[in-house]
Amino acid sequence: MHGRQRNEASKPEETAAKALELRSLQSQFMSNHHQKIYTQEAIQLSAKLLGINPESYTAWNYRKLALESRIDEDSDPSLVDSIIDEELRVVQNALKRNPKSYGAWYHRKWVLSKKGHYYSSLEKELQLLNDYQKQCLVNDYQKQDDPKKQDNARNFHAWNYRRFVVELTETSEEDELQYTTDMISDISFSIYSAWHYRSVLVSSLVAKKADGFMPKETIRRELDYVHNAIFTDEVEQSGWFYYLWLLDQTLKMETPLRFSSWPSDGSIITTFCSESGSFPLILYFDQAVSGVNSSTVTIDSELQGHEDLVWEPVSDNKNSQVDSCVWVAHLKFDSGEPCFSRNEYKVKVSLGGIVSSMGCNLSTPYEFVFTVLHTVGESSQQGIVSWTDGFDNWDDAQSKDLISLIALNADAGFEWRKNAIKIEIDHLRNLPDSKFGKLILARLLMAEETMISDDAVKGFHYTEILQLYNDLIALDSWHAQYYKDEHSVALLHKVTSSTKSMSRHLFRYRKMNNIVCLRLNNLTLSRIAAVEKLLFVQMLDLSHNALHSAEGLEAMQFLCCINLSHNRIRSFSALDSLRHLKQLRVLDISHNHIRGENPVDTTRYLCSSPLSNSGEVGREVPCKYWDAYLVLRDLMEMKQFDIRGNDLIFSGEEFSSFVRQVVPKLVWLDGHKLTN
Amino acid sequence: MIDLPPYPPLDPSNYDLIIVGTGVSESVLAAAASSSGSSVLHLDPNPFYGSHFASLSLPDLTSFLHSNSVSPPPLPPSNNHDFISVDLVNRSLYSSVEISSFESEILEEHSRRFNVDLCGPRVVFCADESINLMLKSGANNYVEFKSIDASFVGDSSGELRNVPDSRAAIFKDKSLTLLEKNQLMKFFKLVQSHLASSTENDDTTTVKISEEDMESPFVDFLTKMRLPPKIKSIILYAIAMLDYDQDNMETCRHILKTKEGIDRMALYIISMGRFSNALGALIYPIYGQGELPQAFCRRAAVKGCIYVLRMPITALLLDKETGGYKGVRLASGQEIFSQKLILDPCVTVGLESLSSLTDQQNETLSVLVPKALINKEKVARGICVIRGSVKADVSNALIVYPPKSLFPEQLTAIRVMQLGSGLAVCPADMHVLYLSTLCDNDDQGIKSLLSAMSNLIRLPDPENHQSDSVVENDTCEAKPILLWRALYVQEPVKGEYGGTISSMPSPDGNLNYNEIVESALKLYEQLMGSEELFKEETSVENTTEENDGGVDIED
Repeated sequence: MHGRQRNEASKPEETAAKALELRSLQSQFMSNHHQKIYTQEAIQLSAKLLGINPESYTAWNYRKLALESRIDEDSDPSLVDSIIDEELRVVQNALKRNPKSYGAWYHRKWVLSKKGHYYSSLEKELQLLNDYQKQCLVNDYQKQDDPKKQDNARNFHAWNYRRFVVELTETSEEDELQYTTDMISDISFSIYSAWHYRSVLVSSLVAKKADGFMPKETIRRELDYVHNAIFTDEVEQSGWFYYLWLLDQTLKMETPLRFSSWPSDGSIITTFCSESGSFPLILYFDQAVSGVNSSTVTIDSELQGHEDLVWEPVSDNKNSQVDSCVWVAHLKFDSGEPCFSRNEYKVKVSLGGIVSSMGCNLSTPYEFVFTVLHTVGESSQQGIVSWTDGFDNWDDAQSKDLISLIALNADAGFEWRKNAIKIEIDHLRNLPDSKFGKLILARLLMAEETMISDDAVKGFHYTEILQLYNDLIALDSWHAQYYKDEHSVALLHKVTSSTKSMSRHLFRYRKMNNIVCLRLNNLTLSRIAAVEKLLFVQMLDLSHNALHSAEGLEAMQFLCCINLSHNRIRSFSALDSLRHLKQLRVLDISHNHIRGENPVDTTRYLCSSPLSNSGEVGREVPCKYWDAYLVLRDLMEMKQFDIRGNDLIFSGEEFSSFVRQVVPKLVWLDGHKLTN
Repeated sequence: MIDLPPYPPLDPSNYDLIIVGTGVSESVLAAAASSSGSSVLHLDPNPFYGSHFASLSLPDLTSFLHSNSVSPPPLPPSNNHDFISVDLVNRSLYSSVEISSFESEILEEHSRRFNVDLCGPRVVFCADESINLMLKSGANNYVEFKSIDASFVGDSSGELRNVPDSRAAIFKDKSLTLLEKNQLMKFFKLVQSHLASSTENDDTTTVKISEEDMESPFVDFLTKMRLPPKIKSIILYAIAMLDYDQDNMETCRHILKTKEGIDRMALYIISMGRFSNALGALIYPIYGQGELPQAFCRRAAVKGCIYVLRMPITALLLDKETGGYKGVRLASGQEIFSQKLILDPCVTVGLESLSSLTDQQNETLSVLVPKALINKEKVARGICVIRGSVKADVSNALIVYPPKSLFPEQLTAIRVMQLGSGLAVCPADMHVLYLSTLCDNDDQGIKSLLSAMSNLIRLPDPENHQSDSVVENDTCEAKPILLWRALYVQEPVKGEYGGTISSMPSPDGNLNYNEIVESALKLYEQLMGSEELFKEETSVENTTEENDGGVDIED
């Protein structure tokens, strides 16, 4: 177990003598086994062996074979009983030696579940187990609440075995629930297995709709019960685990599926008439969904060719059966179409029949409408894009373009969940010193924020949430990075929570047709979040933060300019998400920590590398700069790229020519215009 | 007292030590002295062992209390032989004795089944000094213990609430709010960590209580820990077992420092985990507290101590020239000589006798001069025999009423202990209830006790037995009935070392024996030098892992 010292080693002479004895036993046993000798003497030898070394799986198997050779379906029941008794006794001896021997516990299970034989003392087995689990050992006062005292009660094998015996004896789940209550109250509430078993029982009883186990009242009752544990000893983790599980159940119950889209309902978008091309239609769901295709999403507009739109999930696998939060389709338009004579036309999108991975069904269709405007104007960027000048302030009148997440399902259980969370928040505020308490409080406040629809009260919690994470960074430095990430998430949600706070960060870039620019620099961000509300952003400044990856940006299909300079990006694999941004023109990753020699982003489980299975099969990957290649090859439109201030290897001639090869449209590299 | 049957003279007539009275401290001393090789003569005027600490049947108890409350007439000093003999006078430590019996017939029928303590309520903590001594001396072989099932805190409403004294108890407690549970557990952890840090070497990671805090009053420290009044009350009176209202600066005799408060809590906490088959921190000897002094006496006897019961001493013999102590005269007339003498606290010298003594002689007898009570502190005690139990499903329990909890003028805590037939102290369907409280005067003490009694039990209706069934419908239907009651006030006397003649303490107002035992140990040190007690026994009684530490606790 963690943090417990091993027993002191015994004297060498003793161990040598033991080893000798064991060896002779073993060799004799093995010969018996190989020759299939199942005499009384041989069986007793195996029992002796197991008494010394319960880990000898071969010996257990031998005994199983011996048992089978001695009894069959027609055997006399009293013979069966006596043989089974013997087996159980051997198991008991072995368990005294090592209470956590897998082989021993399994043998007991095997013996009792042997088909065709009925062991008459099955009920006694449960009582034996009860006595075993309730036995308390060590009595040193200093270790009064020491886990060692309750070794038997905490033995997870025993609990596992218990489930087996309960099934055999058909004990009721309510009785078992009472048993866990007794164990938790009388022995100790540090018994993880007891709480776990409780969660299993409660889930089952609720699913069966047993008497007195309606979901809401059960959760309320269990929450009140576990409060005793977390308040009595806020350092003891077992109570917190169960509490988290309960909160999870509370939050997940009847959760609505929410989504945001670009263009959003009632917005007006502008396209450039000189290009006949397409614009993306982005759907962002807060749970991963599948089944987004042209039958579930219908478009109604005067544009042609929209009947069989191809919807692609923004992930490496382009199959429409895959689960993804972000789905994109491209609505094409052609200046030759008759509707272009008028400058604007409406598009109506209807969603229906989409299933989320958590089982939420979007059954009633949801519709939104947006207007497309054509304008004449320059489209292409002339000079180098500067991140510092050429910006106009945001006009509040344009704020109606800002998106918010819309709930798709009618939420029946909303009130109950809100109240339950409120109660828990009040309780948790009374545990100011507990790191678990603070963390859960922060998460609950975030959850409550998402449930608030009243704009006047929105955004109220964020100050407290940010303070909590700051406290946690100080309180629990081991997990500082995690708290920093969560802090960033909360901060981004705060920024995007209202039009007022957002507009402080929004600008227009004159030189590129007044595209929308969002400045999120110098915010100590280590993670990107709230992307669902930023789908309309075209220019994003994330410089001078603490980001180590571009994860999350893949949904922002409109991005054409990104500034990730002065962050903590260590490798190209960390920029994997950028591959999905087909419209990217300007990328600045200068002054990061990108290393030259085969770096792989260890903060992500899956990232493109010659070793992973993602990426398209068949395309050749060069040996050198393979990581840069995998990212850059998809950025076909890139015109401006800046990689100064990283590993020196990227400043050399070799890399420059490599880049120009991979990205043919590149005009500006590292601040200089490329000559042909 | 003189009309005893002729008693054969004792041989030898010279001893290292004579001890009069077989109370706990005297018995411990007898065992220790005998073990270290001294010759000891141990006398007691009573026909039983234990003196003021004995457990008696109801009639014996009644007669003991009554006889001790009246002093026998003094005899004039006689100056014969080579010695001056100073007559001794037994003074009474008991006052306001009141005994009432409500079911005389039933009690008489069972009278032999009672073993009622004189010094109750008294209980042993598992980590008590007395237990250590018993283990060391080997006296533990003669006693069996049983756990006290539960501890409660009471108040005027009649409700008895469990004392949350461990993490599991706090978890289960339904009367504490979540915040209170949190604060109480944090406090326990602080105390445990502090205790752990004092046993390990200078581990800077464990939290300690600061020196400054240790010197501050305990009640202030508890406030500093943000403990609400209800919790403070539980800690002060039900765990640290304090007597005086710590919040009341005027009446509180002794404001406890944090240091002592932590020591008391430590005793409780260490006791909780000491023996694996003890339910909690407290154990009680089967057959009554009188078993403890008996156990030590037996030990002493094994080591060569001579015992004579029913033998009071009538006079002290002093040297004519030096005025120093020489010996005693027994009630049988025989004169026994010794180096040193230890006396029961009742034994004093009559004032008339004193006036005729020289200064030197007076000095020898210094401990025997009856002194005024310094603090005028007395202990009021009550014993009730009841049918039924004060709390359903619980037989042996301790109940504490903190100051002011029963009535506003209650200045000191009242402690109540219920014991059942499982401890062989009473017949099957009955219980014995012990009550005690410290008081300034008899009336105040008795009043407190009566208040506690009415909270817990009901008096039988003397006039009309028929109406009992009608009355039973109201709130006191569950309360047990009183069958017999004794009330008395006792003077606690501290032990005193006087060179050759020393006097031992009488029962104090505490719940355990710690102070009494400490007194005995100190005296031993002064008498015998710093020789360790019961040295040769420790190797024999060494505990192995599976033992309870040698103390036999029944389920």
